[in-house]
Amino acid sequence: MTTEAPTQLPPVKRRNAELVMTVFAVALTLFAMVEAGLTRNGEMPASLFVYGVLFGGLALLAHLFIRFFAPWSDPLLLPLATLLNGLGIAMLWRLFEATGDTSRGSALDQLILTAASMAVFAAVVYFLKEPRTLQRYPYIMALSAVVLLLLPAIPGLGMTVNGARQWINLGVTTLQPSEFAKIALVIFLAGYMVSKRDVMALASRQIKVGPVKVLDLPRARDTAPMAVMWGFCIIVLVILMNDLGTSLMLFGTFLAMIYVATHRANWLVIGLTAFFGACAAIYPFVPHFRVRMVTWLEAFRPDVYCTDEAMANPDSFCNTLGNSQQLVQGLFALAEGGMTGTGLGGGKPGYVPEVQNDFIFAAFGEELGLAGIMVMLLSMALLVERGMRIALASKELFIKMFASGISFLIAFQTFVVIGGVTRVIPMTGATIPFVAKGGSALLSSWIMLALLMRMSNNARKPAPQAIQDEGATQVISR
Amino acid sequence: MNKPIRRLALFTMALFGVLLLNVSWIQTFQAETLREHPYNRRQFIESLTQHRGSILVGSEEVAYSEPVGGDSEQFQRHYENGSMYAPVVGAFRAGSATGIERAENSFLDGSNELLAVNNFRDMLTGEEPKGADVYLTLDSGAQQAAMDGFQSLGKNGAAVALDPETGAVLASYSHPTYDPNSVASVTETDAAAKNWTELEASEQQPLLNRGLQQVYPPGSTFKVVTAAAALENGATPESTQEAPATLDLGAPLPNAWGGPCNNGAPDSLAHSIEISCNTSMANWAIELGGQKMHEQAEAFGFNQGPMEIPLPVVESSSPLETDPNILGRSGIGQANVEATPLQMAMVAAGVANDGDVMKPYLVDSVQNSNLEEVKAAQPEVYSNAISSSTAEDLTQMMIGVTEGDEASGPAGAIPGIHVAGKTGTAETASGPTHNWFISFAPAEDPQVAVAVVVEHGGQSGGTLAAPIAKEMMEAVINE
Repeated sequence: MTTEAPTQLPPVKRRNAELVMTVFAVALTLFAMVEAGLTRNGEMPASLFVYGVLFGGLALLAHLFIRFFAPWSDPLLLPLATLLNGLGIAMLWRLFEATGDTSRGSALDQLILTAASMAVFAAVVYFLKEPRTLQRYPYIMALSAVVLLLLPAIPGLGMTVNGARQWINLGVTTLQPSEFAKIALVIFLAGYMVSKRDVMALASRQIKVGPVKVLDLPRARDTAPMAVMWGFCIIVLVILMNDLGTSLMLFGTFLAMIYVATHRANWLVIGLTAFFGACAAIYPFVPHFRVRMVTWLEAFRPDVYCTDEAMANPDSFCNTLGNSQQLVQGLFALAEGGMTGTGLGGGKPGYVPEVQNDFIFAAFGEELGLAGIMVMLLSMALLVERGMRIALASKELFIKMFASGISFLIAFQTFVVIGGVTRVIPMTGATIPFVAKGGSALLSSWIMLALLMRMSNNARKPAPQAIQDEGATQVISR
Repeated sequence: MNKPIRRLALFTMALFGVLLLNVSWIQTFQAETLREHPYNRRQFIESLTQHRGSILVGSEEVAYSEPVGGDSEQFQRHYENGSMYAPVVGAFRAGSATGIERAENSFLDGSNELLAVNNFRDMLTGEEPKGADVYLTLDSGAQQAAMDGFQSLGKNGAAVALDPETGAVLASYSHPTYDPNSVASVTETDAAAKNWTELEASEQQPLLNRGLQQVYPPGSTFKVVTAAAALENGATPESTQEAPATLDLGAPLPNAWGGPCNNGAPDSLAHSIEISCNTSMANWAIELGGQKMHEQAEAFGFNQGPMEIPLPVVESSSPLETDPNILGRSGIGQANVEATPLQMAMVAAGVANDGDVMKPYLVDSVQNSNLEEVKAAQPEVYSNAISSSTAEDLTQMMIGVTEGDEASGPAGAIPGIHVAGKTGTAETASGPTHNWFISFAPAEDPQVAVAVVVEHGGQSGGTLAAPIAKEMMEAVINE
């Protein structure tokens, strides 16, 4: 088995610390609901007790489960996830239940989905004792990733929401299969690259400017995975399904993982050149893509924002392609919040269209202010860095790839969404892990957490000591 | 493999760093700009639920808020004599505000820091918070006279009246106008928005305050500035210039009536103003030279950039001319000279006030909800445009315009009072002439200075504009 020296962590469990922090996260959630209820309606939320018992009970169960079945796992992961998930529920409660309008979603639904997600979380932690077994099925994973990504393209099954075709309708519920495809893809990439990393790190030609080496080019045949990935992201996701967010996320994760596997910057150069080159090339032909770029770069142009005047003109940008109202209103919401925010329930997040989805971040920005969203961003960053820590602490290369891939995915997804909302990059449409409304997003977040948790447990568990030192007997850690 | 993982971890930290920096930027440094962005309706919608202060003319509340009633927490803005005051007061509506409603918004909605103590006291005593009241300098009589004049005339234009001694704006009317009540409804928002869109789209531009926001060639009213420059540079009212029937300035420049000004003899400055002689005044401008003309115009307020009174006022311009042909035409207010009606009222007011132009202002005082004055206007000298002897000479010359044997503007005269005035008929590139009249009265102890412009009236300033100016002056003097 391929291994590499792990970074040593002290063999401590810290389960009680986890319990205290989890209780704190639940308390924060309930406090947020109380604040929203008092500010908005002048009374305590009527269902506070229900939420307290259910959400608190779930978090407590998750903690107890970990205490028994993954006792060596990182104690920070569960509290961070609980906090983010809880804040999401509190904000949805404030947006829907507190205003008496639950036609577009509700916190109770989110709570039920949280329960289901935590159940799956427990199942994954319990049944996947050794995540390295996943290494055996890279091509099944690849196939399922592709199938999941393509499901929405099937007529009758797929649904287009806000221009992007990333949903399937199962009659009883809707699913966003790309949320699960990305996990399958990370597993495939981790398995594939661990076995192919040596050839992929080979350099066949050097490009030099004078005496300075600029770039190592890999052998042409080794670029096949890159070409396939690139073609899939560009042709299928961008052109056929208008799913810019997933495309960006998958390709970014792919590049991150190939870099981790090969430690060669040339892959990044090749990948980024190919991706942005393709984006520039298809720019004139994909209207959806163009809309995203223009609404990003020129959000305040009157005909892009759609002023009354532009609205009256049937040929204006916003009447033919799309408008930047959501983005601009999101920025206004953030500005309204300022440093400390209006307090939960004190703002007007309803001015942002579809605020319960990607733009829930703008609602947090308005009501909790810069202070509040800094806490959220730092929690997210902490979660990601703890994930990276697991990759460092693990021995097996597959696990290192897997853990760093999942962590990067969480980080990059957060960046793509929040960067889009705050106008750092074009808006692409994706969900903030753990926070945003929606079952698929929540479930996939908790699955990723379960995978990290299990890997963390295995990495931090101290190796069994040899009972006696008789030289011949080797004890193998399982 | 640990090294690339460490680098990847650093990269993810950098991603979060970018997000943190960006939200910090948006929520601190950029926040103020975004909050006041014209697309941002938050503040206005929020302010619909606040008890906004009133806007008063004298003791009359011309704009005030009343609770909508029923379940609504909102207040409805009402306008008395809405159309008459709209060019100044503007309209407060869901989404935005114009005029004084916008310029003095921080007082009206109570957010101004000068009101902080009062707001705090109201909070402690549990009193319903209310914005401050804004008292305008307008004179209802003069404003009414301006509106009546334009309505019976049926032409577009603007009138501005100033108190020459203080700079207080006594009237500012622009025609056509609109009824702010039609766009301010908070209960029928769709109709209000539709009305507003129509007003915005109208070619008649009812939302434009032409007195402050539009520049016109001032035509012969600018001869007052030319005469002032001459007198300041050694001429007397009796000094003469050649005054033929036409002057060759590239293209011929004739007099309005086609003949010479003094039967072919050189004409005196005083007589040239009285009958509004083009050729002699053009010669004066050429003799004085571009520099002196330019300096005199600037002393009256031209080329000084936009003003806020607190309504925004666009710049009037009188560029430095070197070509004598153009300079001659600019001496009679044509060529590149452009002025707002307010600017020409300032010229008249400067002459009236012994040569000192006062800074115009529209807000007399601001009173908080406990009727304490939080801000009061302090008259300020805007510029010392001319000496008092020049002002005296000009006054006598301008009295000739309304009372002289060959007066060009007798319609501006008021029986029993000396009125100093000057007519203007400005050629335009597009259509009939603009007709001007600027004046002040009583000439010995001026109480009011007026500028009236009738857009594309096609007649003379003495016929169309002077009667309106007369009614406005009378309204102020007879109080």
